[in-house]
Amino acid sequence: MAPFSAWMQAKGPDADIVLSSRIRLARNLKNTVFPNRLNDESAKKMLDQIEWAIGDLGSGWNMHFQKLDSLSPIHRQVQVEKHLISPALIEEPVKYKALAVDEKESISIMVNEEDHLRIQILLSGLQLKEAWTIADQLDDVLEQRLDYAYDNHSGYLTACPTNIGTAMRASVMVHLPALVLTRQASQVFTTLAQIGMVVRGLYGEGSDAVGNIFQISNQVSLGLSEEEFIHNLATVTQQIVGRERHARQYLQDNAGVVLTDRVERAWGLLTHARIMSSEEALRLLSEVKLGQDLNLLPQTESTFTQLTLLTRPGFLQSLAGHELQAAERDQIRAQFLRSKLRGESGPE
Amino acid sequence: MEHNSEPRQDRVKLCQRCESRPASVHVSTVVNGEKFDRLLCEECARQEGAYHFMLIPQFTIQHVLGGLIGASPTGQLRQAVVDKSCPVCGYSYKQFAETGRLGCDHCYDAFHEELEPLVKRLHGSVEHHGKVPKRAGQNILQQRTLDELRRKMQDAIAREAFEEAAKWRDEIRVLEGQPQQDQGGHSDGAL
Repeated sequence: MAPFSAWMQAKGPDADIVLSSRIRLARNLKNTVFPNRLNDESAKKMLDQIEWAIGDLGSGWNMHFQKLDSLSPIHRQVQVEKHLISPALIEEPVKYKALAVDEKESISIMVNEEDHLRIQILLSGLQLKEAWTIADQLDDVLEQRLDYAYDNHSGYLTACPTNIGTAMRASVMVHLPALVLTRQASQVFTTLAQIGMVVRGLYGEGSDAVGNIFQISNQVSLGLSEEEFIHNLATVTQQIVGRERHARQYLQDNAGVVLTDRVERAWGLLTHARIMSSEEALRLLSEVKLGQDLNLLPQTESTFTQLTLLTRPGFLQSLAGHELQAAERDQIRAQFLRSKLRGESGPE
Repeated sequence: MEHNSEPRQDRVKLCQRCESRPASVHVSTVVNGEKFDRLLCEECARQEGAYHFMLIPQFTIQHVLGGLIGASPTGQLRQAVVDKSCPVCGYSYKQFAETGRLGCDHCYDAFHEELEPLVKRLHGSVEHHGKVPKRAGQNILQQRTLDELRRKMQDAIAREAFEEAAKWRDEIRVLEGQPQQDQGGHSDGAL
């Protein structure tokens, strides 16, 4: 397995600010109880059915199906840290849960999370439409093999009524250090809430925005078409990107040496510290990223999202090859970041 | 052991165990007279067995939904509603009110009356305008196109653009003729 997903190379449009675009579709099977109510027999039957359908998609899709209980807890956590699956999928019991991922790790399917299927496409930069096109196609070929729960009036039926209709969640992950520094972020987010958008932290529901990374998504899923929901989010994201660029320019024009001092301090700590908590690492990496975007700091071979992933506990432990206590993690994290930022060949 | 919940507005601290969720529980443990302080998230605190000391219930979408569902002018669910259950999977409306989740796709029919106002409150709409699955929704897709054509025809008639209306009428006829042809060629082209 490649350590990083394709989208982390940050080659997409506006990828310096829009780290990723994601489309997630919830689908359920007709005449089958939702995952929270499955018993052993029905769960096994539906899991077999879905495994067959995904396997039958053919080599074009290249989906690799894995039952969750065949993965180690650390490996499961790494999948969450890579945003391939949600934290909810790895909550115990994991029996009868599964995931399928393609080679580039752009496409993933969660089986038996809150709904029977959650199809997810993750691309670099602002590419919501492109992600929807892929999701739509994958959904079509799956529907040729599975009977979906669908209602003419209410659309796709989901375990929770908050997701019915298109059963689609479109989201972007954005890095907004200048909006936070200039204290405009909360005002922007209040406005977003008024037009039906939700802002969350790095790991979705219930997580907070460490490292100035925010997830913005549509709150409702019924009443508009997928294209309309996506258009709205894409338009809003473009405006936020514009605001962030404006704030960066403002900082450069008005806070020259203070800004340079700040990002160089972050660089200094990351290239010299011996003990680094994940929270401190994320905060400093965000400042380094801002410095790099403004050409105040040298570029690194690793992208921001790759470095961010490198600070996560599951990923650190999978690289180390064994379980690490929190204090050990802080040391190894500091060591990895030091060598990555100094451009030395990493300890992987 | 002592616990308290500390909502933090200013700077977010991450849980010291999973390092991914925000810490919201301060756990102090005294071992052999030595005191250890740690900040954990609710999930990790629960996994470590500290959760049952907490008095503040979780504030999740399910709980909020449960509140919304249970809400009625009198604050009580009518007994008739509480007793309702899905004839296909046996899930009760009471269970739905508690968990915010339905039991199966047929629950949407079983609790239609109760769900409709809830869906309206959640989405501001009750009508799906998005994708129609190709296989499961073959008839639906055609129905939608027909509705659209009829609307255009009516519109043309209202504008007295009869030539245009005739064009839409012909298209409607062609479309309405199709399923009959598909079902074995009994079509005579008219309905």
